[in-house]
Amino acid sequence: MPRRERRAGLPAILLACFATVVFVFLMLPLLVVFPISVSSAAYLQFPPPGFSWQWFQRYFNDPDWIDATIRSFKVAAVCTVLAMTLGVPLSFLLVRSRRRGIWILDRLAAAPIIVPTIILSISIYSIFVRLQLIGEWYGVAIAHTVLALPFVVILVGAGLRGFDESQEQAAIGLGASWPVAVWRITLPQLRPSLISAGFLAFISSFDELVVAMFLSGASMTLPKKMFDNIMMEIDPTIAAVSVTQILLVALCLGLTALFGKGALATTMSR
Amino acid sequence: MSSPAADRASPARRRELALLLLGLPALLLLGVLFAWPVLRLLSMSVADGTLHQLERVVLDELYVQVLFESLKIAGLVTVICLALAYPVALWLTKAGRIGLTLGMFALLLPFWTSVLVRTYAWMVLLGRSGVINRMLRDLGIIEYPLPLLHNLGGVLIGMVHVLVPYMVFPIYAALLRIDPDLPRAAEGLGASRWAIFRRVILPLSLPGVAAGCALVFVLSLGFFITPALLGGGQVMMIAMLIEQQVRELLDWPFAAALSAVLLAVTLVVYAAIGRLTKGARLASP
Repeated sequence: MPRRERRAGLPAILLACFATVVFVFLMLPLLVVFPISVSSAAYLQFPPPGFSWQWFQRYFNDPDWIDATIRSFKVAAVCTVLAMTLGVPLSFLLVRSRRRGIWILDRLAAAPIIVPTIILSISIYSIFVRLQLIGEWYGVAIAHTVLALPFVVILVGAGLRGFDESQEQAAIGLGASWPVAVWRITLPQLRPSLISAGFLAFISSFDELVVAMFLSGASMTLPKKMFDNIMMEIDPTIAAVSVTQILLVALCLGLTALFGKGALATTMSR
Repeated sequence: MSSPAADRASPARRRELALLLLGLPALLLLGVLFAWPVLRLLSMSVADGTLHQLERVVLDELYVQVLFESLKIAGLVTVICLALAYPVALWLTKAGRIGLTLGMFALLLPFWTSVLVRTYAWMVLLGRSGVINRMLRDLGIIEYPLPLLHNLGGVLIGMVHVLVPYMVFPIYAALLRIDPDLPRAAEGLGASRWAIFRRVILPLSLPGVAAGCALVFVLSLGFFITPALLGGGQVMMIAMLIEQQVRELLDWPFAAALSAVLLAVTLVVYAAIGRLTKGARLASP
């Protein structure tokens, strides 16, 4: 039977146009901050009257901004390490245990994304006030770990479900201990999931504002500093900060695509 | 309970024990810093032994209005996101390698960029002297700046921008899971392109649609930053009300009651859509 010719008909063209419009809508805000960040004007002006690096200089020379940036990096790094060291073993429990009640723990591990962040924030706040942890950067990092755990458990869990456990048993049969088998056989094959889980944990903490608003006190994280800046005085310094962040994310995205083969696909279909 | 000797005898038990030990640290953290604090907060709403605080939430007209406004916004955001995301997900499944890479980039870069950066960018775009008003005025289309910011429209634009990727991903995943032989078979049997979409692709992608809608609705219900910044005080959502009670009024019992209502609505929506998803799966084996 002759195959019917598959031409790109009008519906396909309309679909492509529609998708393009949505992509432009998604990218537009990210692109618009670039010209603003190198504007010579002191206030939001578009198109910029001239070119100047002054806002980047102000960002990199202001100790408040730099402190906030370094603090956010520290918080996100500690959060990532904690979320991975706690979350990866938890994924093993959730995926491999054959106990009947395990689904309850599975729900518990996913719950921090479903419970609105504001509820989580004030709950932890009410406890941290008593422990006098408000204003400590590691307090924010620990609270962010709770938020990052679900990402790790979902991504690594998905990777683990697709992994053939008999490979591990083969290694054990050949004399490897279980930890060695996991370390040398299982984890290397989970690399895409592990990389995307790590990046997602890092970014989710680095960008997080609501928890940080309550917990960070006077020692602000970068999002808190940006929020205050937007509320008080919008000067293009924040555009320079935004551009720096967008470029960093683009870099991370590129690196993930390069080194975590399939990592982006895992992020997509989680 | 079995004796320790029996424990040692059974490899399956040893395995379960090892797995439990692996998961224990994370479970402890979730217990101490998630389950316990949240339950403690919720209990504050009935700490005086009455349901008075909860009654205030559901009987006071002002607060009921905020709750309905939040539900309305979450509903609108979900519908708009679905309308934008479904065609995009469909297009991604048909796109070539370059189109797919570009599309993924356009979805993932905003997805991974701080909500704050994006909200700020929308203020730049939509403000009174923002990019869009400026361009429209320069083109002579408008004389006075349009009110694009500090109203419901501005909040919707900002929230939809944040949440569209959350809708695209599950729908795309569901579309990818469809056996390509099914539309091919329908085509071989003479179905039109539209009929293939409506009778094969669409029903099979419904689990993804339901998952995306649940996620977007629940996330938008708890939104805080975007409405606070783009609403300019004109839009009040329940999360903002909770923050206000804690930060400005220090009314913890009432904040706890609001949280209880928000959490209850969130869980009900989640459970309801979970049931729908199961139904959809059964309907399309």
